Amino acid sequence: MARRTTYVDETLTPQIAGGRTRIQRTYWQAARRRLVRDPVSMGCISILSLMVAAAIFAPWITPHDPYVTSIVNRLKPVGTPGYLLGTDELGRDMLTRLIYGGRISLLMGLLPIAVATLFGSVLGVVAGYFGGKTNMIIMRVADVFFAFPSVLLAVGLAGALGAGVVNVLISLSLVFIPPITRVAEAATTQIRTQDFVEAARATGASAPRIIIGHVMTNVSSPILTYASSLIGLSIVLASGLSFLGLGMSPPLADWGLMLNTLRQSIYLAPVNAVLPGVMILIASVCFNLLSDGLRTAMDVKP
Amino acid sequence: MKGEIAIQREHPTPASEPVDTLSATRPFLRVQGLKKYFRLRGGSFGLAGAYVQAVDGVSFVVATGETLGVVGESGCGKSTTARLLMRLIEPDEGQITLQDRNVGGHNGMSLRTLRRQVQLVFQDSYASLNPRHTMAEEVGFGLIAQGIKRAEARRRANEVLELVGLEPAIFADRYPHELSGGQRQRVNVARALALSPQLLLLDEAVSSLDKSVEAQVLNLLIEIKNRLNLTYVFISHDLNVVRFISDRVLVMYLGKVVETGPVEKVYTAPGHPYTRALIASRLSMDPSRRVEAAPVAGDLPSPINPPSGCRFRTRCPFAESVCSLREPPLEAFGDDPAHSAACHALIPGSGHSRAPAPGGEPSTRANGAPK
Repeated sequence: MARRTTYVDETLTPQIAGGRTRIQRTYWQAARRRLVRDPVSMGCISILSLMVAAAIFAPWITPHDPYVTSIVNRLKPVGTPGYLLGTDELGRDMLTRLIYGGRISLLMGLLPIAVATLFGSVLGVVAGYFGGKTNMIIMRVADVFFAFPSVLLAVGLAGALGAGVVNVLISLSLVFIPPITRVAEAATTQIRTQDFVEAARATGASAPRIIIGHVMTNVSSPILTYASSLIGLSIVLASGLSFLGLGMSPPLADWGLMLNTLRQSIYLAPVNAVLPGVMILIASVCFNLLSDGLRTAMDVKP
Repeated sequence: MKGEIAIQREHPTPASEPVDTLSATRPFLRVQGLKKYFRLRGGSFGLAGAYVQAVDGVSFVVATGETLGVVGESGCGKSTTARLLMRLIEPDEGQITLQDRNVGGHNGMSLRTLRRQVQLVFQDSYASLNPRHTMAEEVGFGLIAQGIKRAEARRRANEVLELVGLEPAIFADRYPHELSGGQRQRVNVARALALSPQLLLLDEAVSSLDKSVEAQVLNLLIEIKNRLNLTYVFISHDLNVVRFISDRVLVMYLGKVVETGPVEKVYTAPGHPYTRALIASRLSMDPSRRVEAAPVAGDLPSPINPPSGCRFRTRCPFAESVCSLREPPLEAFGDDPAHSAACHALIPGSGHSRAPAPGGEPSTRANGAPK
């Protein structure tokens, strides 16, 4: 039998995976596909969507008014007819208050992180890409903020600005800018020295164009992953500020604030007192698990 | 064929002109006294720290249509020279002239123009492609940066991908990790070609590839060069590859040019002891002619504090006192005026015991040069 040898130019043949040509997807399509196939991430997304939807539609789905007090109905246990999750120390329906509380608490988790991600990634990418003096100025300022523990910094800033929803949002945003800047800077410094950035410079592309086209595409996944892991922390910090009296003021429903006011009733109705804490726990755990899922999904490795 | 129409040269030059006279009269690229010292971190209290003398006074010319091979050990300044030529690093001193126009300066050529005419192909085929870009995006990026519309850039990207032998329908929407090393290196070549440069700097462009793939990419480079009338500066540590592809060779040692000349001259009659050691260190295909002893002993001296005089003297078997006193200039020797080396043993009247007699015939080199 004659042996036939065919010489194939390996560099010209397409790689076939699993015997069939692969369906082409963009990077984001592929990442979304991986995320959708992860049960843990999808579970977290469902829970969080439910919370957000409940918070948005609170006036239409809650059984009671969140602010009307009733001395007679104080601290009813969980499962009381008409009061599914019992009542608080002023006789207000816990379920209603928890749903309304989600409005402020989730806002406290998402908005400061969104703002901090925007500013932090711009600062970090600029510092990382240009290096030298620019890097030194931005990163040393970030280091000053870094010197304080985040809780202390948030307390200090909120204390200085005064209580109130807007001031808490501002102080939380400021607290989260330095860590995001640090992550963005580290990722950018790593990308900047890669040959493909040098190749882009060699084509005569301007710095902003290279940053958008080459740097952002590669640093967005570590930044987004890190930022999403901070959402839980932001909710906890906002709750902490409310607990200390630096955040929202009493009649308002907020998980941290509810935890604070129910604290005095912990021996009379321990389950009721713990409920806001459980909500904080569920929300922050979900955000952290989702962050893990995002990291896996956004990993480019085939 | 298809790419040829689009990649028209503005000044087509016949490649058949004799290279040596051409390099003397109308060089495409002229480099004079190029110098780059990198400052090291350190140096206390604001005092200047040490400097790495990466490239120190390098001069050469590249004629239109020729391939100049640049060889030397790791750390001799080959890659830095390429980056200085592209102005990815600013040179400390030196003049770069491209087609009789100075690069940079007040009324010189702008970097934008330079980068349309000169492009660089990197060694690491994976690191030089953005993992988040498809091949069409990667190749078209420079075009969009140069102000070409997105659709037109895409069309042109497909064109050059086809030119380097990659079917756009299959490869244009792929990501780097979906390609083999050879395919990625073809994309790197395509990206460099997209801007229709006239000079391609190939920095170890085939060094990280498998031998069989290396040969394919080399053949591609030669084919493209002939088709588009390109000029190459081919940087490599692989002497056989350089001999295969180059018309002229430039040998570098520790940031300096030690020898230059037509490829056959340098390979068959090397003048500088370093070049001779390099040529001798090549592995032979014939087992009976195997290399027994290392031709150059020891490591490359530190470029932070290079030896005085001739930089090679610490490893040179013929080093004498004159070698540490004066730096040998790059001078023509032997029967070919285009072949020159920087060695005291070749310069008449240099004071080296092996130097030919002053005023003597250049052909006495055969006796005077160290064996």
